[in-house]
Amino acid sequence: MSTARTLATAARVLRQLRHDPRSIALMLLVPCVMLFLLRYVFDGSPGTFDNIGASLLGIFPLITMFLVTSIATLRERTSGTLERLLAMPLGKADLIAGYALAFGLLAVVQSTLATGLAVWFLGLDVIGSPWLLLLVALLDALLGTALGLFVSAFAASEFQAVQFMPAVIFPQLLLCGLFTPRDRMAPALEAISDALPMSYAVDGMNQVLRHPEITGDFVRDALVVAGCALLVLGLGAATLRRRTA
Amino acid sequence: MMNYSAGEAAIPAAPEPTTTATAERTTQTRAETAEGSTATAAIAAHDLTVVRGDRTVLRGLDFTVPAGRITGLLGPSGCGKSTLMRAVVGTQAQVGGTLQVLGRPAGDPTLRSRIGYVTQAPSVYDDLTVRQNLDYFAAVLLPGRARRQERRAVVDRAVDDVDLASHADSLAGRLSGGQRSRVSLAVALLGTPELLVLDEPTVGLDPVLRRDLWNLFHQIAADRGTTLLVSSHVMDEAERCHRLLLMREGEILADDTPEALRRRNDTPTVEEAFLRLVDAAAARAAHEEPRP
Repeated sequence: MSTARTLATAARVLRQLRHDPRSIALMLLVPCVMLFLLRYVFDGSPGTFDNIGASLLGIFPLITMFLVTSIATLRERTSGTLERLLAMPLGKADLIAGYALAFGLLAVVQSTLATGLAVWFLGLDVIGSPWLLLLVALLDALLGTALGLFVSAFAASEFQAVQFMPAVIFPQLLLCGLFTPRDRMAPALEAISDALPMSYAVDGMNQVLRHPEITGDFVRDALVVAGCALLVLGLGAATLRRRTA
Repeated sequence: MMNYSAGEAAIPAAPEPTTTATAERTTQTRAETAEGSTATAAIAAHDLTVVRGDRTVLRGLDFTVPAGRITGLLGPSGCGKSTLMRAVVGTQAQVGGTLQVLGRPAGDPTLRSRIGYVTQAPSVYDDLTVRQNLDYFAAVLLPGRARRQERRAVVDRAVDDVDLASHADSLAGRLSGGQRSRVSLAVALLGTPELLVLDEPTVGLDPVLRRDLWNLFHQIAADRGTTLLVSSHVMDEAERCHRLLLMREGEILADDTPEALRRRNDTPTVEEAFLRLVDAAAARAAHEEPRP
């Protein structure tokens, strides 16, 4: 593992993004527009906006980073640059950490904008510290990056990579407690939702929403999301092969 | 730098060329040692076999590639040239037999900074400029803040080598096919590798560019003492190599100099010599076929 190579990789990924301002704008603005819409959809019931708004602050970074990473690493695999890099003295950890760092940075900007807008302009009622919201959002982004990296190994084209989003993300979205509290689902579904990382991401956001201090549940949620992200990053690293058939 | 045991010292390590004097000395030693003896081979293969899926792509190959020279790897598409190159670079799975590259087993981690590899399809980032591409790959090869000057120098030299100075700030994706493959080649030239493995570097280029690139290859071999393994399916390029490996269906038909090939087969060109060898091999195969 080399810090210089990791930083060079992160800088390269950001430089690639800079040549694509439209993608950056979409990544940063779409979550804000969604929150804005949501605020006025639930104009008559601000309590609902608080619940769903806080959950979405955790879900947006996960989805965005999942999409961006799966496409970016798929491109790296299909363009031959991955093979070239792995034939060079670059560690797999350098490459993955470089991607995580670059997209993590982007996630910080995205989450800051979305959280700031929700808390200060749209009247999202957060009892806990907005910094904790940001922390969970960042962990979610990391999880999204990890999942994206992992599934890109199973996609043969960008077309397939995009189809992985409904396959990997939508079930979690339905079961994470966004639409109805998890303990009111069918017991089998609740058990499944216990095993899905997005449930903890959303629960973490709701802990911050309702409690002024850092709760034990919040710590558990943050650790589960971070642990899942690291686990999946490890699996993703295993899909990067120096020797291929 | 790399460590050598006494037995492996035949191939001199290529340090960054600090002065031209040392660079020339390196070249000389390599050129002298390149003649004849297989002990100075940059690549030595024995019973090299590669299986992809249920197909045997390379069948028990024995060959050597002399250090400091240009060796052409020729044969029709699909004969296993790219697979052989990938085995040398260490990106091919399922490699059997022995394959020594620069005195180490192929794929050894210490070889990664000593080999430059250009794949058939240009492998560069289309959404970065030529210079940004080179800057990144240079940072992978020569990492750290302290080596910034050195990186700038190797990037400038690589851009000049492939004659892309006027396009250094264009996005790679906006360049023509030939220009993009030259960017890919420039990446391989960074860090002054001891061995350059080039998979069809001149395919789809116009005659002027092809001539220029071949001149560059010769210049690199002569000035920097680099060993080049260049594949092609265009036979007129064979005449430009010091040595040739002619391949067909996963086997090596001939391993010789272009002159010797022409002489031995009594043909005016390497192309005709190759065709004669292919026909002979096909006739042998047809003869053997009826037997179970």
